Amino acid sequence: MAAVLESLLREEVSVAAAVRWIARSAQSSEEDAGEAAALRSLQPLRKEFVPFLLNFLREQSSRVVPQGPPTPAKAPGSSAALPGRPGGPPRGGRGARSQLFPPTEPLSAAAEAPSARRGGRRRGAGPARERGGRGPGSLEEGVGAESLLWAGSRRPRAAGSPGSPSRARCDPPNLSNLEEFPPVGSVPPGGAGTRPSRRINPTPVSEERSLSKPKTCFTSPPISCVPGAQPSVLDSSPWGQGPAAGCRSLQEEREMLRKERSKQLQQSPAPACPTPEPGSTLPTRTGSLTAEPADPAKVSSRQRLELVALVYSACIAENLVPNLFLELFFVLQLLTARRMVAAKDSDLEPSPGVLDSLESPLFQSVHDCVFFAVQVLEHQFQVLSYLDKGTLKLLAENERLLCFSPALQGRLRAAYEGSVAKVSLAMPPSVQAVSFQPETDNRANFSSDRAFHTFKKQRDVFYEVLREWEDRHEEPGWDFEKGLGSRIRAMMGQLSAACSHSHFVRLFQKQLLQMCQSPGGAGGTILGEAPDVLNMLGADKLGRLRRLQERLAAPQSSCGPCPPPSFPGCQGFFRDFILSASSFQFNQHLMDSLSLKIRELNSLVLPHPEPSDEDGESDVDWQGERRQFAVVLLSLRLLAKFLGFVAFLPYRGPEPPPTRELQDSILALRSQVPPVLDVRALLQQGLRAHRAVLTVPWLVEFLSLADHIVPMLDYYRSIFTLLLHLHRSLVLSKDGEGEMCFLNKLLLLAVLGWLFQIPTVPEDLFFVEEGQVDVFEVDTKTSEHGLDGVPVVDQHLLYTCCPYIGELRKLLASWVSGSSGRSGGFVRKITPTTTTSLGALPLRTTQGLQAQLAQAFFHNQPPSLRRTVEFVAERIGSNCVKHIKATLVADLVRQAESLLQEQLVTQRQEGGDPGQLLEILCSQLCPHGAQALTQGREFCQKKSPGAVQALLPEETPAAVLSSAENIAVGLATEKACTWLSANITALIRREVKAAVSRMLRAQGPEPAVREDRRGCSRAFADQIPVLGPPTQHRLERGQARRLLHMLLSLWKDDFQVPVPLQLLLRPRNVGLLADTRPREWDLLLFLLRELVEKGLMGQKEIEACLDSLHEAQWPEDFAEELATLFNLFLAEPQVPEPQLRACELVQPNRGTVLAQS
Amino acid sequence: MILTKAQYDEIAQCLVSVPPTRQSLRKLKQRFPRYLDGVGKNGAAPVLLELANEVDYAPSLMARIILERFLQEHKETPPSKSVINSLLRDPSQIPDGVLANQVYQCIVNDCCYGPLVDCIKHAIGHEHEILLRDLLLEKNLSFLDEDQLRAKGYDKTPDFILQVPIAVEGHIIHWIESKASFGDECSHHAYLHDQFWSYWNRFGPGLVIYWYGFIQELDCNRERGILLKACFPTDIVTLCHGAAAP
Repeated sequence: MAAVLESLLREEVSVAAAVRWIARSAQSSEEDAGEAAALRSLQPLRKEFVPFLLNFLREQSSRVVPQGPPTPAKAPGSSAALPGRPGGPPRGGRGARSQLFPPTEPLSAAAEAPSARRGGRRRGAGPARERGGRGPGSLEEGVGAESLLWAGSRRPRAAGSPGSPSRARCDPPNLSNLEEFPPVGSVPPGGAGTRPSRRINPTPVSEERSLSKPKTCFTSPPISCVPGAQPSVLDSSPWGQGPAAGCRSLQEEREMLRKERSKQLQQSPAPACPTPEPGSTLPTRTGSLTAEPADPAKVSSRQRLELVALVYSACIAENLVPNLFLELFFVLQLLTARRMVAAKDSDLEPSPGVLDSLESPLFQSVHDCVFFAVQVLEHQFQVLSYLDKGTLKLLAENERLLCFSPALQGRLRAAYEGSVAKVSLAMPPSVQAVSFQPETDNRANFSSDRAFHTFKKQRDVFYEVLREWEDRHEEPGWDFEKGLGSRIRAMMGQLSAACSHSHFVRLFQKQLLQMCQSPGGAGGTILGEAPDVLNMLGADKLGRLRRLQERLAAPQSSCGPCPPPSFPGCQGFFRDFILSASSFQFNQHLMDSLSLKIRELNSLVLPHPEPSDEDGESDVDWQGERRQFAVVLLSLRLLAKFLGFVAFLPYRGPEPPPTRELQDSILALRSQVPPVLDVRALLQQGLRAHRAVLTVPWLVEFLSLADHIVPMLDYYRSIFTLLLHLHRSLVLSKDGEGEMCFLNKLLLLAVLGWLFQIPTVPEDLFFVEEGQVDVFEVDTKTSEHGLDGVPVVDQHLLYTCCPYIGELRKLLASWVSGSSGRSGGFVRKITPTTTTSLGALPLRTTQGLQAQLAQAFFHNQPPSLRRTVEFVAERIGSNCVKHIKATLVADLVRQAESLLQEQLVTQRQEGGDPGQLLEILCSQLCPHGAQALTQGREFCQKKSPGAVQALLPEETPAAVLSSAENIAVGLATEKACTWLSANITALIRREVKAAVSRMLRAQGPEPAVREDRRGCSRAFADQIPVLGPPTQHRLERGQARRLLHMLLSLWKDDFQVPVPLQLLLRPRNVGLLADTRPREWDLLLFLLRELVEKGLMGQKEIEACLDSLHEAQWPEDFAEELATLFNLFLAEPQVPEPQLRACELVQPNRGTVLAQS
Repeated sequence: MILTKAQYDEIAQCLVSVPPTRQSLRKLKQRFPRYLDGVGKNGAAPVLLELANEVDYAPSLMARIILERFLQEHKETPPSKSVINSLLRDPSQIPDGVLANQVYQCIVNDCCYGPLVDCIKHAIGHEHEILLRDLLLEKNLSFLDEDQLRAKGYDKTPDFILQVPIAVEGHIIHWIESKASFGDECSHHAYLHDQFWSYWNRFGPGLVIYWYGFIQELDCNRERGILLKACFPTDIVTLCHGAAAP
């Protein structure tokens, strides 16, 4: 592996070639032979490269004191300066990194003290409650304990647990360590003797590995694969190497590196060596940590860092890394590194020769880290520019970034200024009951009076339980099971009849959707679960409070960029309810019901607006589409999560099966159980129909709750394979016709990346050999009808679905605040104590209240009423904009045209600039745009009530009808006016501009015509009157010829459909010539010849037409002249008469035509 | 002292609801002979009522006991509750004219219990419902009343469901329940459990009007969706027709 990096560093291989090599197994012919040869020898290592690179970077940055979630490894006493213990990789400094990036977690470290880790991880989280230890986040008790282990990271696995063929990602760090940290005492022959010696003898490690785990579990084989050394051995058994072989090849590779280094020593003079950081004492999380200033001038080896950054960025861009945002988080940690822990003396000993090889640390100082981070960020600018406005601001304001790359800072600033992606937390819903619908909730739907009565009572018991949970679940010491368990079970006990179960499940599911579907309900952790406060505030204060809450509460919930699946907020109630009910009937009915609803929503046809001819106005419709999509997507994710939870509940355990045999027998058992919902089929359908953006996010939620066995089952394995393929195909930089929209891709990358970090998903899954996965072609090219090509995802939805992306912002924010110095890290210890005092204020603004009233209005009405009103508002709003365009804007354009006429006359005298002209026109006309709002309001007011009335049942009570009408008017107006007020000026501008250029073109030279097809008809329309009745007005010959020229070029170049030119030679049209004196046969002849010359009509075709002209009835003289023309045309097919040529090319001066008209 | 079984039963039954004091007991024992003596002397004298007052017993309850006993003796089967209730409501249907008169005296003179009081309570309750209805109509708030709701198949029905919700003092209100009584702790909690929360569970937040006041501390579920008032609210916001205006 290292060899690849080495050859890159030595510039034997270009970065592009290397990435091609990594990304695609087949060698493409375009590569130059040398590179190809260099890489071919490394072929067997190809797929280990990325894990190696990632771990290499983590390893290299192990001495960085980062910001981020506190980890036990950062506790005093486990710093990097502590010597490593025999038999294990060094703990300490790198521990911090490994905690954040557990793929690098060394096995032994994980095995050493899991309990200590647990304790440390939960620091500050309060004592675990007994049974209440199901915290708000964890899945359940058992899983809860597990989740502690990998909060913010992947699980470190106990070394002794074999079984899963998924061990690989743990290994590379060790291997790279072997590179970086050779065994103590093994004095390298001829070396500079300055190797870092943090590493103890690696041999036991590899022995242990080879003994304790099946060999097939490595995706990264031991470093036996020495390029060029023993390819045959490698090819035959890439990971079948015994420890001896491994060590041997290790030695060999080292030998090779050593040679390389000595070569370099001879070639290059010693570069300036970096001085060790002054005052690099042991940092502790609790001590005050001021950030070291970073200085671009002090970067130690730019070239090498640039190169690694390039390769790393390319891997990110090609989606070769499992989790895009994890890498970004890592990079931002490097950017905001506080300081560097001093390495041991031996590390820092100046070793001038080794700087350009891999043997010297990549990051020797904070300067290096920042330099590297900025390099990577530059490559990732596109992704960054799609982050929310707050993150962009923090990035743009980051002084290190400014210092290292003013250009990037400038781009970020521009992106920030142009961004409208303000992501704020949505208002959390208050608990609201599912309304009683007499249509479904009546006696007829129940088998007996008793069942009906039970059902009615159930509702009351259910809400009583819910209310009690609301009141008490935050009290310390309160426990769901103890408090409510028996009541829930008693209630479930009464649901004897099957139909009662299904009725109750319906209520349960509706209530679940109602409470948790909206972002606030789902993201309880984001808001720190203070649901009622916001509701009580008016809209104006709301924004401020929300921001305050975000700032105060959000960092508290920080759990890194890869949090485990959790049930935040109200979801916790439903999870605990299911657990406490522990009723298999209930679970079965619930799964049935969830599956059905998922299928229903997943196949919902989301109408997307027909592509409008004018780009801007369709925006009106898109807002609605986006909102609808978001609602459906969030509902699906919620339902799928609960389906996954219930479906895999019986199988879930904290640990994978302890032995291989047990695992095999479990696999045999499980593989015959049909899946609860045929998610594979749904995924395949989704991919085929280009609806991945809808299907994949919920599927990920479903899979995130799977147990350890699931990914090993063939059925689910094939799903993961599909998802992996999809992940790889979502290359963000690809942009063009038929590609998935950027944010759609980003959402999928985020959720998939998160899924790949879930502990139950085997680590090797991501780096699987792609040879196996060609089963199903994943095609991200979108068809016209696919949702994937529609920009349905916006930043708000992205952040709602993936709140962990917000970790980037938190990281940057904590850098700005410098709070990590004071409070020991990332977490701010400010408690939002304001909540209580704010809670007492019964302040509501009229606007907020009206919106609430409108919402409440629908609550007790049949759902169809709401759909109707929303539909009407949607259509009327959209129509309103179209109407304004057709009336107001069109009027303004007409005004502009007449103004332009005047201006043109004066301008010709003064000589002005068209651009200026446009500005003048716009400044005159745009203020009229204000009328659009008034007119729009009138339109909506006039049109909406009738539509609502027509669509609602006759029997609708008058009060309900009038309220529905009013709400429809309000919504439609809001929709239209929001769009209009934002876009009317731009719209007027655009239209006026189009009109201006149309007019300028009309009088401009011929090439202007070619420029814009759309303008052509108008261009001629302007000139048609000129042609007029021939007796009154005659075209001067040159003009006529010029007109013909324009027509010809128009027909030839601009029309994309065949022009029925033969119609020109129909008797009726030719007959027009008969009336003119003198008959301008030369023009006709000219036209005919040009038609042939330009290939618009064939010679034969024209002959046929002329022939058919003879059959018509003509005046005698005309018939004769026609015959002469025919002969002339036949006689001189190609060469036009010189005299005709003479005048045709004369350009009359501009504006003549106009003046003459 | 020797009693017939019937006498014993009657006394035993009374004992259940009478304060267990010696005095009460003594007076109870003397009751039956005194009644017969009394009515024998003057059928119109309020014998039964005096008796009830003497033992500090609700007169209408006393009348009910006597009536029950009377019917039992005549028909030899324990009379159904509804029969007794209807006889109490209209004593003229009691076969024994003297007893009918006695029962009537008891009922009209009972200020706390019995059909008359029920009737008064009901009338007051109804009156306030009417009052509330008028106020709603006056405010142009459209609603469904209890009868309409029952007809639609709702199982729990507040007095009024607003067809279009309103906001009272900033809280959304879907239904209004009128209580022509004082809301004390005991009755309020019973109402909450039996009625108000059930309404909330079905129709969302609502308003309870205790026309005769309530304990202030009980109005603690406003945020939850149950609002208490002692009169028709004045601070009402409706879904405005100008909702379109931004």
